[in-house]
Amino acid sequence: MRRVVVTGLGMVSPLACGVEETWKRLLAGQSGAGPITRFDASNVLTNYACEIPLGDGSNGTFNPDDWMAPKDRRKVDDFILYGMAAAEQAVRDAGWMPEDAQSRERTGVMIGSGIGGLSSIAETAVLIKERGPRRVSPFFIPGALINLISGQVSIRFGFKGPNHAVVTACSTGAHAIGDAARLIQWDDADVMVAGGAESPISEIGIAGFNACKALSTKRGDDPTRASRPYDADRDGFVMGEGAGVVVLEEYEHAKARGARIYAEILGYGLSGDAYHITAPSEDGEGGERSMRAALKRAGLAPGDVDYINAHGTSTMADTIELGAVERLMGNAAAKATMSSTKSSIGHLLGAAGAVEAIFSILAIRDQVAPPTINLDNPDVEPKLNLAAHEAQPREISVALSNSFGFGGTNASLVLGKV
Amino acid sequence: MSDIADRVKKIVVEHLSVEEDKVIENASFIDDLGADSLDTVELVMAFEEEFGIEIPDDAAETIQTFGDAVKFITEAS
Repeated sequence: MRRVVVTGLGMVSPLACGVEETWKRLLAGQSGAGPITRFDASNVLTNYACEIPLGDGSNGTFNPDDWMAPKDRRKVDDFILYGMAAAEQAVRDAGWMPEDAQSRERTGVMIGSGIGGLSSIAETAVLIKERGPRRVSPFFIPGALINLISGQVSIRFGFKGPNHAVVTACSTGAHAIGDAARLIQWDDADVMVAGGAESPISEIGIAGFNACKALSTKRGDDPTRASRPYDADRDGFVMGEGAGVVVLEEYEHAKARGARIYAEILGYGLSGDAYHITAPSEDGEGGERSMRAALKRAGLAPGDVDYINAHGTSTMADTIELGAVERLMGNAAAKATMSSTKSSIGHLLGAAGAVEAIFSILAIRDQVAPPTINLDNPDVEPKLNLAAHEAQPREISVALSNSFGFGGTNASLVLGKV
Repeated sequence: MSDIADRVKKIVVEHLSVEEDKVIENASFIDDLGADSLDTVELVMAFEEEFGIEIPDDAAETIQTFGDAVKFITEAS
């Protein structure tokens, strides 16, 4: 089977625009949470979220003008803007902007989103009600469709290989990277630009997840303390926004052009809970099967895993995943480190799996496990080290990243040092 | 230049992000000003909005240049 490695990284997160700036702040234990500014949140139950820091592009801020011309930006929902920014960073980081037809035909794009253009859809529905259907913009549909990140990226860079998009709620980013890696393994492409993007911080997004009882509501006085995976006082997840994109490449292809190789995609596992539309199965057996499938594909034993980037959303489901990981790891649990980086950046829904895969890759590169901040008082006594409060330097050769989504969909990626 | 022409030009400059001096009588939205077919639909909607008129689809198809737009709107309003 062809080997797949990661040669480029790109990210727009609530901590910063850019991979390295985000990573630095993540390791320092910073939080991206604050009061909602994207819309007037006085009528919704939760008035805080993890928003991307907007600015002139300096000091890690995100300047939309740096990534899309105002004329083009007007025509797309924010999730496409974020996806384009992360994709451009990843492609530049990989140094892969081929001009020849064959290389372009062998380069594909698979960037997904959990919900896509939610706010565009909401705004357009209001417009139709108030002013009639003739006022609907011709750019509404192509600006809201989930696969239009992949479409836009292919147009910008001339990538003519497989053009695809994943939609599996909060496991989108992980599924996209795993599926794209398989396209390379199966020789459908040599290079894939893969990941996820989301822009759910809108009245309809917050109201919708509030209605599902999924969001934290009690920390308006100190939003930076709201996302607290595994902590006894957690009360739901904190909504985030952003995008994570990686460049995946066939190993020999990367070596031949002298590309910098961050890590290898060693394994990818998928499963379904067949249990409930929003809750994970009570014992986490679906997540456990997805982890086992990924390890089997990697040809590794649970004891080989050094670091786990948990799905860990800061909801009741945290302890279910923890239990599944502990069952999987058995006696090896004590020597592994697991953290939930959602404690810092919140839950980026369809982008989460991609952003967290990037954190796992950087954990391997820098030999450090990012922290689970706000973990003051664990709900249950963990058998694993949960890297509470502070980043933990340690040997990391193999990392596992979990992403689970509504509908009972699970994805696990196993990443390794090359 | 008439008030209508000024207002039309402003809309074209804003929507297509083009230099004002490029927006001349015979400038074609698609061939000269970089618009695609969806941009022209949006332009017509913006003209309707600005001038409080309705431009039927068959008439919209005849509006290919800046001059066409000014002429149509002058006659319609």
